[in-house]
Amino acid sequence: MRGMGIIVILFLGTLLIYCSFDFPIWGDPQSPAGSHVSSYYIEHTLEDTSVPNIVTSVLADYRGYDTMFETVVIFTAGISCILLLRTFKPIEPQTKLYRHISTGITLRIERGGKVPENTKEFERIDAGWIPYDLIVKTTCRLIIPFVQIFALYVIAHGHHSPGGGFQGGVIFGASVILFAISFDLRTAIRRMGERLAGFLCALGVFIYAGTGALCMFYDANYLDYSALSHILGVDPVSARSHGILVVEIGVAIAVMAVMVVLYYNLASAGKQDEGL
Amino acid sequence: MDAVLTVLISRINYWAYILLMMIGLYGVLIKKNYMKKIIGMNILQTAVILFYISIGAKKQATIPIIDHGHTLVHTTVQAARFINPLPHVLMLTAIVVAVATLGVALAIAIKIHQQYGTLEEDEILRRFDKDL
Repeated sequence: MRGMGIIVILFLGTLLIYCSFDFPIWGDPQSPAGSHVSSYYIEHTLEDTSVPNIVTSVLADYRGYDTMFETVVIFTAGISCILLLRTFKPIEPQTKLYRHISTGITLRIERGGKVPENTKEFERIDAGWIPYDLIVKTTCRLIIPFVQIFALYVIAHGHHSPGGGFQGGVIFGASVILFAISFDLRTAIRRMGERLAGFLCALGVFIYAGTGALCMFYDANYLDYSALSHILGVDPVSARSHGILVVEIGVAIAVMAVMVVLYYNLASAGKQDEGL
Repeated sequence: MDAVLTVLISRINYWAYILLMMIGLYGVLIKKNYMKKIIGMNILQTAVILFYISIGAKKQATIPIIDHGHTLVHTTVQAARFINPLPHVLMLTAIVVAVATLGVALAIAIKIHQQYGTLEEDEILRRFDKDL
């Protein structure tokens, strides 16, 4: 079985090496991939959409359907992760651990014991031993706002520099995950709840599909943003640029929320009580 | 000797992607642990992404962002000056979808571990036969 597998892999590798001699050499300007439709995109993106970043204009305008269904794929992945893992019946753990913050004494409270709720002096900690990490918490508290501002910059400036909805959404989701790692999962869920994250997943896809549907009300094709010039009060070419921005914001919201949902469910195996 | 070196260097992107693809396939086909299979799947995706990105490259070309000032001046843009944006677009979405599918794969792995207490394929198949 193992030998068979290695033979199959070596055969495939030889086949790929044999085929690669028919491919264009590295950096060939006349390569087939770069000579048909891509030169149209490069030469006409400014006059069609007034977006200098060709990747963004191809992503959200020329190939808008592709990106829309990619967003739907990500949304489906988030939903299926919830359906696979989430345990909706809350399972109370046998014991809960609390730490007295000023002295560092850990209390183990059995089920049915009195838990110190609503006090600033105690904090609940996970069952795995977690030291009181002042340096990590303070550093992350300082870094996270800047990470989020950078994420918003990447989303908003995606027309003119490398960036866009997918990248900015992932950076924003990473900032929420960083918060959940540096504090704990319960604190992160208090700040950004499961319902909010699930709602944002759907909202992002809705913004994308809704922008496309809005164009149909003005006698244009689905996802033809030039029809938005009636609403925005600009010429059709600028309207396409603004339509791309709206769509990118939708993508960013969906991607951010899906990253957060995936982390919440994977880190706690669906219990959303004790995590990393 | 020089001719061989020229061929090797001019197609170096293909050698890299073929190597990564073989490593990924090795992980998916031969490794018995499901975590290792998932890692192999991701290496396979990386190989495909590298292949797509590398065929978009052009010599003497820059990133596909048209240089502009504050006002967009419509000048003629030569396609040879910018690398092919299309593979970048396709792989941009593919990377994020790869992360999402990785999440689903890990969720399924967690469920399997809850059910069988292990992620080794042999062990799971043995228990599966016993359950039947």
